[in-house]
Amino acid sequence: MNYPSDLKYTKSHEWVRLEGDIATIGISDYAQDALGDVVFVDLPQPKAVSAGATVAVVESVKTASDIYAPVSGEVLQTNSALADKPELLNSSPYGEGWLFKMRVNPADVEGLLSAEEYQALAESQ
Amino acid sequence: MKTTPLHKAHQAAGAKMVPFAGWEMPIQYQSIGAEHIAVRTLVGMFDVSHMGEFWVRGPDALEFLQRLTPNDVSKLKVGRAQYSMLTNEHGGLVDDIYIYRTQASEYLVVVNASNIEKDWAHLQAHRGMLDVALEDESDFFCLLAVQGPGAVHALQKFTDIDLEAPKKNDTFMGKIVGKWARFARTGYTGEDGYEVFLAPDEVEKVWHTLLEAGVTPCGLGARDTLRLEAGFPLYGHEFTDQTSPLCTPFAWVVKAHKTFLGKDAMLGRPCGQKLVGLSLESGIPREGYTVHKAGTQVGTITSGTHSPVLRRGIGMAYVAAELAELGTTLEVDIRSKLYPATVVEMPFVKK
Repeated sequence: MNYPSDLKYTKSHEWVRLEGDIATIGISDYAQDALGDVVFVDLPQPKAVSAGATVAVVESVKTASDIYAPVSGEVLQTNSALADKPELLNSSPYGEGWLFKMRVNPADVEGLLSAEEYQALAESQ
Repeated sequence: MKTTPLHKAHQAAGAKMVPFAGWEMPIQYQSIGAEHIAVRTLVGMFDVSHMGEFWVRGPDALEFLQRLTPNDVSKLKVGRAQYSMLTNEHGGLVDDIYIYRTQASEYLVVVNASNIEKDWAHLQAHRGMLDVALEDESDFFCLLAVQGPGAVHALQKFTDIDLEAPKKNDTFMGKIVGKWARFARTGYTGEDGYEVFLAPDEVEKVWHTLLEAGVTPCGLGARDTLRLEAGFPLYGHEFTDQTSPLCTPFAWVVKAHKTFLGKDAMLGRPCGQKLVGLSLESGIPREGYTVHKAGTQVGTITSGTHSPVLRRGIGMAYVAAELAELGTTLEVDIRSKLYPATVVEMPFVKK
């Protein structure tokens, strides 16, 4: 299992890559492995969201799983490639399988889990 | 949590284990989709040793089963198997079962793992004065389901019996990898194949032999998606103690010319709702989602998934009887959005 150290993570298995005040969000390697074959991704419209709000749904063959906003902010853009290739979440969870981008307050992202903290959490489950 | 004798073998094969009906069972090894496709295109095997097995023996064994099941057991010849159900007094279902006639006065009844205790109590409670011996041998049977168009070929290498000649629902004893087993040309995937009943201390040898021969190990995840594509019901979802099979595509199991427990109640009850198959252009129906027509709720999804073969959402649902006609267009509420769904014939995937 792979947990890139330049990312921040949440207890609900999202990752956040911060560039300026733009955060890219996806699901962790642990999460994609636990879900299994991803077959459909329901992505949000551009809008303001609060930390912890359900903003997307990832469906695997077996189950539908909610994706939460890691921090408050504004959803700007979603990954349109997932409409035709939802399996990118499995093959490239930290790359081509990203879910959406938000404008955020960078300070909020600092409060999320580090790779080490997240790895310890994921591996204890 | 109970485990099957293959528990270590599952872990060694990389299985994700989950609790199921009091058992720790493999849900998947590599991926549900890949295991599903392996069964549809070649061959896969499932450890379903958690299923329950009861022996029904004695002079009144036939009469006993006739009274408790809606299919006609008198039509069952030695060496043949029959899909059936256990009915209750109210015309609902205690379980759905498979009955194998193994000798003139001996039947093997295979039941769902989640219902073993309930079914056993039900059989005990209804034996009355009949001369019948019942044995719960669930702990003494392991069961491997080897399924797929290549199942016969895969198994044939390890047995001297001709596996090609037997017909669907035939059952017989034979040796596999030198171990005595009961073979049955039955399954829960919609594919050709065998279910092989083995003693607990012999199942591991057979499992490893088949694994080395290239048979794909498959978990309960693929078992569920395969049975859904095949249009098979699962107790606790499509069937409950309230369900009349007459309101489902499995009405054929109920033979009105014979008597059975709860028959009058079952036949006297109108079908307010009927069980149908639904196919969706987009969106994946899941158990508990509601079904709508013209702004009104008309039903509920009982099972749903993404079909790995059709690559679309499919599901089963109870809907208002007047909306159960093939081709009827309905809507499924998925996360507060309505997705069009069409009533289609089952099986969803035709062989």
